[in-house]
Amino acid sequence: MEKVLMIDHEKCTGCRLCELVCAVKHDGISNPVRSRIRVVKWEADGVYIPMSCQQCQDAPCQIGCPVGAISHDEELGRVVVDYTTCIGCRTCVSVCPFGAMNFNTVDRKVIKCDLCDGDPQCVRFCEVKAVEFVNAGDVSILKKREAAQRLYAAENRSAAIHSEL
Amino acid sequence: MPLNRKIAFINLSSGDVDIKPIPLEVRKRFLGGRGLDAYLLYNHTKKGCDALGPDNALIISGGILTATCASATARTHIMAKSPLTDLLGSANMGGFFAPELAWAGFHHLVITGKAEKPVYIYAHDGRIDIRDAGHLWGKTTTDAQWAIREELDDEEIKSCVIGPAGENLVRYANVMTGIKNAAGRTGMGCVMGSKNLKAVAARGTLDIKIAHPIEALEYNKRFIDQITSAKVNQTQGTLGTPFIWGATNSWGGLRTRNFQYNQCEYADDIEPERLDEIAEETIGPHHMTGCFACQVHCRAQYKIPTGPYAGKYDEGPEYTSQGAFGSLPDCTNAETVLAGNHLVNQYGVDNLEIGSMIAWAMELYEKGIITDKQAEGLDLSFGNDAVVLELVHRICMRDGWLGDTLADGGIPAAEKIGKNAFDYLIQVKGMNNLHSDERATPALALNIATASRGSDHLRSRPAIDLYHLPEPVLRKIYSNPVPYDGPISSEHTAYDGKAWQVFWQENCYMAVDCLGICKYHTVFLGATLPNFEDWPKVIYYNTGLELTSNEIWDIAERCNMIERLFNLREGLSRSDLKKGDMLNHRYFDEPCRRGAPDVVGRVIDREKFNRMIDDFYAHKGLDENGVPKPETLKRLGLENEPSQLL
Repeated sequence: MEKVLMIDHEKCTGCRLCELVCAVKHDGISNPVRSRIRVVKWEADGVYIPMSCQQCQDAPCQIGCPVGAISHDEELGRVVVDYTTCIGCRTCVSVCPFGAMNFNTVDRKVIKCDLCDGDPQCVRFCEVKAVEFVNAGDVSILKKREAAQRLYAAENRSAAIHSEL
Repeated sequence: MPLNRKIAFINLSSGDVDIKPIPLEVRKRFLGGRGLDAYLLYNHTKKGCDALGPDNALIISGGILTATCASATARTHIMAKSPLTDLLGSANMGGFFAPELAWAGFHHLVITGKAEKPVYIYAHDGRIDIRDAGHLWGKTTTDAQWAIREELDDEEIKSCVIGPAGENLVRYANVMTGIKNAAGRTGMGCVMGSKNLKAVAARGTLDIKIAHPIEALEYNKRFIDQITSAKVNQTQGTLGTPFIWGATNSWGGLRTRNFQYNQCEYADDIEPERLDEIAEETIGPHHMTGCFACQVHCRAQYKIPTGPYAGKYDEGPEYTSQGAFGSLPDCTNAETVLAGNHLVNQYGVDNLEIGSMIAWAMELYEKGIITDKQAEGLDLSFGNDAVVLELVHRICMRDGWLGDTLADGGIPAAEKIGKNAFDYLIQVKGMNNLHSDERATPALALNIATASRGSDHLRSRPAIDLYHLPEPVLRKIYSNPVPYDGPISSEHTAYDGKAWQVFWQENCYMAVDCLGICKYHTVFLGATLPNFEDWPKVIYYNTGLELTSNEIWDIAERCNMIERLFNLREGLSRSDLKKGDMLNHRYFDEPCRRGAPDVVGRVIDREKFNRMIDDFYAHKGLDENGVPKPETLKRLGLENEPSQLL
């Protein structure tokens, strides 16, 4: 079944272990510019947001690629780059609405999340579960459950306030 | 390769920069991080050099594993001769600076000389620039960091900086990175200030090739599971270090009212659970954050809820701030702890030292040793929250006679205040102790007495001594990798075998400081965490360097001995109250007044303490004066120091 990365930035501690293991898994090298996932930070406010490829249905990178090097892998639900066709023009980098298509300045090629062929290392190493790998159809039900939990907690709090009055 | 990270020698007087590789031979003797820093300091300073003069060497480094695929390699280490103690200066912090420095191509920066006007150093992709810092001078620690990013138009830059306290040469000013990561102890920020060096910024995109990436990745996963399954780290990840404060206060191990009590009463408002509540109320349920690649995430985020600093965002407070602005001055309001923590972070000053200095001043005031005239209109009574915060401002800005005097550090301040002020100063080697009270725990007392950077818990504290672990468990931990068949005791009030535990921890902590990983990832607060038997693999998989557990032990022993050689060269002697391995008389003479039944009434027995020192020296291969025997130096290969290999 198709699975997707589900990112909950509120849980992210900003440690960037995901970046480290992503780069080491793919290239055997520690270097954030090689990571497919990056944690964007507003340190002064304590806000950390992991950003990665959304594996879009109508992927702008795929649509914009002038040589047709980008395609959709139905089986794993991911957008993939065929490096034998890719000319490194970086059109995909400029059209991606999320900044998720990266240009690796060391090897001089575009890189993006490939879901580690079904075993994403960012997910495996994230103990706080800011990044999870879930069935594509389950994302909204999981979010519904979390939202419902917040509502339920709020209701309990208000009930407590009422009983104090 | 991690091993191809370089060392840069930067002379701020001439502007010369000399970039060199680090020979493998040097790596095998000193690894990296604090150990190699100690070697460099010993070799690049002369006996009696002025800590605030251009000849002092300020060394900033990452460890040999920094930014590799190992767990929590976030630590930045800073070393120089200390302007607080005139002995070894050394401080360590987490955050994201050291990895960035490694990606920029460097493991060690050796900074000498003094710039004519304020500058900052920018290390990026194999280059070192010295840039004007006129526009940064006077800025707080965070404002300075954001200003560097804005100036260079790069949000990924990581900097370690000094705040106004460092600029004003407060002798215990620290160096900071991020919101609250602080290389706090021994006044490394004061050394930066003396060199007109406001900041060291780093930005790197250079590859660090992992020697055996698949194995490193898998071993790291195992490591992380081991680390996060430890209860102590799960608690750290929920409450942060404040949880230690709660536990320690309940049995009576916290200095209160300077050193008059060992337990803080009526402290509900600063208990860890209350601080956690404030973090939850002001930030939300996910308010813990962490250093680079660390899954312990022990740092809370918070906003100050009330008072003059209401709404300010900060991180912490740590155990240390609960002591500095809580138990030590006997202030029991969360608002004071949170505001005090915020102020020290912004000014860039060591919270332990400033809290201790303020509590000491309060006791002197109570005893009539500090006069009303010297107090300059401040009511220095214990529990006066507003005055505690006011003193932070005055000390960091050297405002008035009292602020200026306390900014000079304990021993000089005691001379200026006069009478018997020194007798009340809870210091070793010129540096104040943190707010812990070691009268009931001989092992911990030995640790602070012999720590190479002055009174300190992070050099050799056998903290697991407090857990009453069964003797076989203790023996297993402390017999690895070097066999130990001497006495050992589960009892934390005992003296037997404690010298060996302190010696073992000293080597253990030196090893992690060389690796560049955090002490929560070794036998510090948790007995099941990685130690000597786990490191050979993590070093090999990441760097390709083949070392056995015993070789790592030897390196740690060698590096500790270099630190001792430095201290001996600068005047360390066994029983000197100001420059020795000796405790304040109050540890021996004033019994604990509060706490658990096995704590009340305790003092350190002077004779037994001396025997512990004898044993500790014997384990280290020192003579009865604390000087290494010739055969010890030969065994460690240190008979020809300074050897100038770098």
